[in-house]
Amino acid sequence: MTGGTTTTLAVVQAGLGSPSSTQLLATRLAEGVERFVPGLEVRTVHLRDLARDIADNLVTGFPSARLRESVESVVGADGLIAVTPTFNASFSGLFKSFVDVLEPESLAGKPVLVGATGGTERHSLVLDHALRPLFAYMRAIVVPTGVYAASSDWGAEGLPGRVDRAAGELADLLAGRAATKPEERFVPFEELLAGR
Amino acid sequence: MQFGVFTVGDVTPDPTTGRTPTEAERIKAMVAIALKAEEVGLDVFATGEHHNPPFVPSSPTTMLGYIAARTERLVLSTATTLITTNDPVKIAEDYAMLQHLADGRVDLIMGRGNTGPVYPWFGRDIRDGIDLAIENYALLRRLWREDVVDWEGKHRTPLQSFTSTPRPLDDVPPFVWHGSIRSPEIAEQAAYYGDGFFANHIFWPKEHFQRLITFYRERFEHYGHGAAHQAIVGLGGQVFMRRNSQDAVREFRPYFDNAPVYGHGPSLEEFTSQTPLTVGSPQEVIDKTLTFRQHFGDYQRQLFLMDHAGLPLKTVLEQLDHLGEIVPTLRREFAVGRPADVPEAPTHASMLKAGVR
Repeated sequence: MTGGTTTTLAVVQAGLGSPSSTQLLATRLAEGVERFVPGLEVRTVHLRDLARDIADNLVTGFPSARLRESVESVVGADGLIAVTPTFNASFSGLFKSFVDVLEPESLAGKPVLVGATGGTERHSLVLDHALRPLFAYMRAIVVPTGVYAASSDWGAEGLPGRVDRAAGELADLLAGRAATKPEERFVPFEELLAGR
Repeated sequence: MQFGVFTVGDVTPDPTTGRTPTEAERIKAMVAIALKAEEVGLDVFATGEHHNPPFVPSSPTTMLGYIAARTERLVLSTATTLITTNDPVKIAEDYAMLQHLADGRVDLIMGRGNTGPVYPWFGRDIRDGIDLAIENYALLRRLWREDVVDWEGKHRTPLQSFTSTPRPLDDVPPFVWHGSIRSPEIAEQAAYYGDGFFANHIFWPKEHFQRLITFYRERFEHYGHGAAHQAIVGLGGQVFMRRNSQDAVREFRPYFDNAPVYGHGPSLEEFTSQTPLTVGSPQEVIDKTLTFRQHFGDYQRQLFLMDHAGLPLKTVLEQLDHLGEIVPTLRREFAVGRPADVPEAPTHASMLKAGVR
């Protein structure tokens, strides 16, 4: 948190159903962080609403106005919560496609809390086998605790504790840093020319 | 202000008939389009350069030399010349030769090329793209401006006592534009030399290019070539016209929906609202084109893409007739309120007169 400015948190969730357990988990994670960070400004990006925009961006190479707005809210946020359903042993295609339309370095240095949902507990390693490598490639800082919620977790003990621990870890990172909005690099021509 | 057409040279099936033109047909069609451009009163014809299917124009100066012999007035240009994978020595020679044959009606738009495999096919690495563009162009400038060149660089064998022949016509090298859709380094390069900057903004929203062109203008002024509003800017455009707007939309839609670059993505309506593409009546094309000046300032060159996505030659030639009909209006409207100190695009004649070397 920098002096006098609001801390912003982007929540990206790729749930498809309504209601969706992915949305439910994303909301609980965001609320968890809010408890630790008073005045936190939360902006949620529901990828289902942007499904066609994301596909169009892949085809044309540029985002629609509303997708650009969402991308900017994610890239410009101080921290990010990213939650995806588990499809065929990995993050959903929609989730990955959203990450694919981000500029390569746009998440560099950004604190990220990863979450995933699935039908059974047996997919819980999706956090560590799919989401962590993805955000490592994006050079984001992923908090140690990821939160996976299987269907059975919604009627079991344990989930609130994991949500709290993960939210606290993200809040700690948020407290220690300024916004990570990437700056455009500029190299004057003499330097590019390098004496040639 | 210059108006013209630029072509990618793609061989694409006509989605309404399924028929694919032969390479010979496509090459001859490109020539027919250039000749038609002169006939209807346009100023510039620019051909792409590609080294992979489905594109035919791998040898731009061969094509432009042939067109030069069959035209009188048309400025022959490229969109773009691959400054990364071509040997700058061969560019210097080829385009100086073309200058002589075309009596100076030649300029070039430099580009890097974004097809990964083309780089290794020509012994290059796409990751060196910017560095190649900078080194190769720095050498090209010297080859055109110095009779005898000693040179060493990173990307090419050294030169000792090399003279590129023929020398540029009247010792005036062709004017050069630098094209880029996203790299501030290339805008910076254009500004540094006082060259033109061409933004082919036809596939992307204008906001992106406003930043790039504003940056080029500021740096043009920084390097002392004139005020920002005097920088030399070219823009792309893409139009399809029929007298009746609905007819244009109906006829163009299958070509849009199946276009190699953006087909099977956004709808025609979404794309026209987000990019410079205009599909409609001649008046709608005039109105949209005139907005470019509001977005980017007074500029020097407007090129339209008219012949891609499998449009048959007959249709393209009809489109050029429409374009010829609206260009006088565009010239008149672009001239209104244009400050007297905004220059025209440099030509061989204007540079010779001004003593530019």
